[in-house]
Amino acid sequence: MSQSNRVIFYFALVAILFLLEGLTNFWIFTGSWDTSVSILNMALVSAVMALGVNLQWGYAGLFNVGIMGFTALGGLAVVITSMQPVGEAWEAGGARVLAGLLIGALTIGLTIMLRTKLPKGNARAVFTIVVLVGGFFIYRSVFDPGVEAIEAVNPSVAGYLGGLGLPVLLSWPVGGLLAAGAAWIIGKTALGLRSDYLAIATLGIAEIIVAVIKNEGWLSRGAKNVNGLPRPVPNPVDLQADPAFIEAAANFGLGPVEASTLYIKLGYALLFTAVLVIVLILAQLARHSPWGRMMRAIRDNETAARAMGKNVTARHLQIFILGSAICGIAGAMMTTLDGQLVPTTYNPLRFTFLIWVMVIVGGSGNNIGSLLGAFLIWWLYVKVEPMGQWLAQISTAGLDPNNWFAVRMTDAAPHMRLFTMGLILLLVLRFNPRGLVPEK
Amino acid sequence: MDFLNALVMLTNFIIIPATTYGAQLALGALGVTLIYSILRFSNFAHGDTMALGTVVTIGITALFQSWGITLGPLPTALLALPFAIIVTSLVMIGTDQVVYKFYRAKKAAPIVFVMASLGVMFMTNGVIRFLAGVKDINFTDGERFLIQARAFKEWSGLDQPLALRTTQALTVVVAVIVVAWLFWFLNRTRTGKSMRAYSDNEDLALLSGINPNRVVMVTWLIVGILTTTAGVLYGLDKSYSPFTYFQLLLPTFAAAIVGGLGSPLGAIAGGFVVAYSEVVVTYVWRAVAGYVLPDSLQPEGLLQLLSTDYKIAVSFTILVIVLLFKPTGIFKGQSV
Repeated sequence: MSQSNRVIFYFALVAILFLLEGLTNFWIFTGSWDTSVSILNMALVSAVMALGVNLQWGYAGLFNVGIMGFTALGGLAVVITSMQPVGEAWEAGGARVLAGLLIGALTIGLTIMLRTKLPKGNARAVFTIVVLVGGFFIYRSVFDPGVEAIEAVNPSVAGYLGGLGLPVLLSWPVGGLLAAGAAWIIGKTALGLRSDYLAIATLGIAEIIVAVIKNEGWLSRGAKNVNGLPRPVPNPVDLQADPAFIEAAANFGLGPVEASTLYIKLGYALLFTAVLVIVLILAQLARHSPWGRMMRAIRDNETAARAMGKNVTARHLQIFILGSAICGIAGAMMTTLDGQLVPTTYNPLRFTFLIWVMVIVGGSGNNIGSLLGAFLIWWLYVKVEPMGQWLAQISTAGLDPNNWFAVRMTDAAPHMRLFTMGLILLLVLRFNPRGLVPEK
Repeated sequence: MDFLNALVMLTNFIIIPATTYGAQLALGALGVTLIYSILRFSNFAHGDTMALGTVVTIGITALFQSWGITLGPLPTALLALPFAIIVTSLVMIGTDQVVYKFYRAKKAAPIVFVMASLGVMFMTNGVIRFLAGVKDINFTDGERFLIQARAFKEWSGLDQPLALRTTQALTVVVAVIVVAWLFWFLNRTRTGKSMRAYSDNEDLALLSGINPNRVVMVTWLIVGILTTTAGVLYGLDKSYSPFTYFQLLLPTFAAAIVGGLGSPLGAIAGGFVVAYSEVVVTYVWRAVAGYVLPDSLQPEGLLQLLSTDYKIAVSFTILVIVLLFKPTGIFKGQSV
């Protein structure tokens, strides 16, 4: 098959999977359009992330294992942009917290200035330590009381500063900006060193970002979650009260409740598709531009590119920031879809590793491939659990339910995901390293 | 008296836990460093291999206990450890044959190895969850304390207690034995010397007739010993759960890089640097200050630099500082 035929074949396959999900409840399918559209929505978000990762890995060969962190920053962006500000909390400790953060930033700025201005030597080392330690204690003494005051404000529903009360769609680019900022810090540190170091550094920053979101109650309510984020689509209750909508739904043979959830999910699907198409077009344009050719030249032979006068580290930093920003946007989209920020749900399998499998399976370096990989792998990720249960059922059919193997099999069905995804990655990496739709 | 009390507190809450944790990290980091210098990649599956070794140990320990075999005052897990090492090493050599050998033959880029190790990491994680579930497992038995808090207080007449758990002393003893053996092996035996030669210059080593397959196999074997021992000691000291073992990856890497990737001595130093920083930074210093400082200078706050939730940030910060200012680490490992 030629490449374009192959692409059509694979996408037809994906379409059939999603149609089957809606049409039949045979085997692992649920026969619910609602589920089908839910899977599709997450697949669309994952596809955006996969495009971001493909930018980093496929175009430039950068190995980012911290996608989870950038996604979580996107999620945080939704809270700080779109929630209504909590006035009382701002009065209680807003100024202190802001002042504390400012002092923290000043300390770091001053340290950097000292290190660039002063000559190397003991004096510089002493000054650096004095500024850092002193700054840290001042920062804590200003910051901590503010945090305490904020978290004491009506802790069961607020206990945090809230957001800016801006439209929720605005949080998507904000998520991109936050992720870009984090990527800049990491890139400045780890790029230009061994390729493994970027992997280790991104792994670390992702854990830290999630730890911050989990523990800084004044910012994100931490483990108490932020519920009721504003939606960019109509409210189901409003829809169900609208006679015109009920009538239209009846024409499709649907009840008002069923119709309203489906309508809302389709609304999200449209929004996500729009973002996906924009990102895809931009990524394709970038790929075929002189900039894209330069990137691939750097990826394929860094030394030669450097000899031609290209600033490899700067270009790497640039593309690393761009890719991470896309992941941030996708993270914001995902949190908007969920309607709540639940910091404990961020885990590296779901938010880092899975995206990697998507990109590798689809075909690294090829945007269409990443897109395809995202749809296929997300579908599989959702379906591995029912498949595992099915497998547990047939493999333990004749066994006593208290048998060790039977108990382990039934318990382990949810963990099949880890194993399967690892296996798929290894198999593709070994036998088809260029992916389903290889880079031309 | 106040000074003595403060000293006992420091020993009890900082020196003992940090030394134990440092020894565990050092063993882990030694494994990372060995793989890095012989196979030339950062093995992301390291934390989960530690977990695998621990899970196997837990299984064999349970088996021994059901047969009525125990080690008396020492944990039974110690008896199970050699068997678990054999199993883990076999699994690692098997993984190498199935996964990494192919890329070695192809002379693939290090990043491809890292990716493959990520795949191995998730498969191992799936396997250990299948075998032992996701809950915390405590598999320590035998005598719990060498020095009991109460007994110490009565003996010394101080206000502050001092406790030394068997597992803590055991960690340090076992770690010292394993490290001494490893250094003897690397510096004195023929196989160890050929490993170092292979790490220094692969082509020259091949020219002088060193069998690369043997070197690689012995490396995995030793890594099996190191990871299983590290994992079991950590599990005995705290407890086993898949998630904490996964999170050990970052401090282990940080330790190896701080010391200088590829330098065994550096890995040990790095382990203690990371462990002590983590414990010192997250410790609540108020009570110690209460003993040492005069009344007029008593602090109001807890004197805790960083909440324990950010433990992981400590190893990360150390990592970033090293990468920024001294990418080769303390002991000049291979870098960049």
